[in-house]
Amino acid sequence: MMRQSFNYGTDANVHRVYDLDAIRRDFPILKREVNGKTLVYLDNAATSQKPVQVIAELTRYYRDYNANVHRGVHTLSQEATAAYEGAREIVARFIGAKDPCEIIWTRNTTESINLVAHTWARANLVAGDEIVISEIEHHSNIVPWQMLRDDVGVVLRYIPMLQDGTLDMAAAKRLIGPKTKLLAITQMSNALGTIVPVAELAALAHAQGAIVLVDGAQGVPHLPTDVYAMGADFLAFSAHKMLGPTGVGVLWGRMELLEAMPPFMGGGDMILSVTMQHSTWNDVPHKFEAGTPNIADTIAFGTAIEYLEALGMEAVRAHERELLDYALDRMVDVPGVTLYGPIDRSIRGGVVSFGLEGVHPHDIGQVLDSYGVAIRAGHHCAQPVMARLEIPATARASFYIYNTRAEIDALVDAMREVVRYFGGVHA
Amino acid sequence: MPETTGRATPQLDDLYRDILLDHYRKPRHKGHLDDANRKADGANPLCGDQVTVEARVSADGRIEDVAFTGTGCSISQASTSMMAAFVYGRTADEALAAVGTFQTMMLTGEAPPDEVGDIEALAGVAKFPVRVKCASLGWKTLEQALKDRTVDASAPVTTDEGKE
Ligand SMILES: Cc1ncc(COP(=O)(O)O)c(C=O)c1O
Repeated sequence: MMRQSFNYGTDANVHRVYDLDAIRRDFPILKREVNGKTLVYLDNAATSQKPVQVIAELTRYYRDYNANVHRGVHTLSQEATAAYEGAREIVARFIGAKDPCEIIWTRNTTESINLVAHTWARANLVAGDEIVISEIEHHSNIVPWQMLRDDVGVVLRYIPMLQDGTLDMAAAKRLIGPKTKLLAITQMSNALGTIVPVAELAALAHAQGAIVLVDGAQGVPHLPTDVYAMGADFLAFSAHKMLGPTGVGVLWGRMELLEAMPPFMGGGDMILSVTMQHSTWNDVPHKFEAGTPNIADTIAFGTAIEYLEALGMEAVRAHERELLDYALDRMVDVPGVTLYGPIDRSIRGGVVSFGLEGVHPHDIGQVLDSYGVAIRAGHHCAQPVMARLEIPATARASFYIYNTRAEIDALVDAMREVVRYFGGVHA
Repeated sequence: MPETTGRATPQLDDLYRDILLDHYRKPRHKGHLDDANRKADGANPLCGDQVTVEARVSADGRIEDVAFTGTGCSISQASTSMMAAFVYGRTADEALAAVGTFQTMMLTGEAPPDEVGDIEALAGVAKFPVRVKCASLGWKTLEQALKDRTVDASAPVTTDEGKE
């Protein structure tokens, strides 16, 4: 492959070179063949690939210092605990949080949001209180609130999506009012790539005394994130979408909120003392982490974040922005293509949702797969978005740190093959 | 990098046989029946595949007419079109037996020994497990329509058990 290196170093002190070849060498899976072609992995919004550093840390834990955490005086347990708690510090630093104890480990974004719905919301909301979400949310930031509505009688309001996938901010200003107790909003749409003006919405919510939960599943892996700058009170995200292992999620919350919240699950590790009548809760974050956690994956997640920190999130964003520009400019020339999502590329992540006239997205995905090009076809767990666009599904290509222009060329060539293959079909 | 010679990969040609693409481009029996006495809806919500199958079955159990409407991927729509073309004019019992034959074909990937016309072209779908549910939708919906003697079955049929 052609050597590509770009200067994206906008971070204050380091002026790094974004060495794409070096990055790609860290991801052995990218050399894999699929259906006789070199893999072109463009399904990063679903999950990212993992660098050798992360894979090595997983192995190292099991080989060298596997032990349970928080409960042993022996050396291995102390090493495991130090690494496990160390990952909390790395995550806190990465999202600009003050206190590592504000980082709660979960399994994924979905569990983080459900934790807030079960604990904070059930303790603080009553019938008639309003929760504002948006039409571009992932199902995991819709369904927990619908369940809460059915249990508690809260009212759910949706900020509408405009045709280009951005939010109707004028409507948002009307919807967020004195009854609003929670704004639960995505930082970036997984279906269309829309980057949401979270800080602006959070200011509206805070002016009404509401709490703000940000779904960072797509935002945190791809954008520089600072919890205070965005005005979040809670932030949820998943390790697996940002070079880390599956099975690890994060809930960050402001300490005052976390301290006042009841626990989530009961069991070992989350208590201070247990008598036969009564238990007292452990301190935050342990109060929310019952049972033996996902130690190895959490530690390796720390390694994943260090990898991103070494690149710099400004550089990551700049790289994806460049790929987005290149992709949109090339894809628009494919016959019969429809591109969904924001026109303004400065508010769009590295996501391109598209359709080809007369070809169902699943057929697009199938033909692309035969060329080794992995994309996602479906409703992307965002059915309200599909309903707004009046389509059942889209095909979606999504980029990450290791993707190249050559891979976008492969995508575009394969899209042209789809058109040839299904040519003349106008279903 | 994709080659630009003729059709796509041989593997893909197994899935998208010419006859299947022909049914997708020119679906048979597509539309509504004014005088249907059997009807069922089928949907795979995760894929967005959707079909409605209508039939008029005579007192002695013959499918005098059949029609379908729907939207979805080429496999779901072509398979439903092939199904309609096959069962048209046959008895309901023969049609139900064909549903069984079809399902066996989806499991084995082998064309059935009996004469099933174009349907044999769907055997290649078995090699693509995620697409089997697409191919099965029209057939399961027909089965529902024939078994349920009411004109409108309540819950739509689905062959979608997966999660997105
Ligand atoms: C915006 C958004 N929110 C939430 C989720 C759910 O993440 P997870 O499946 O890791 O819980 C996703 C993942 O697809 C997402 O893209």
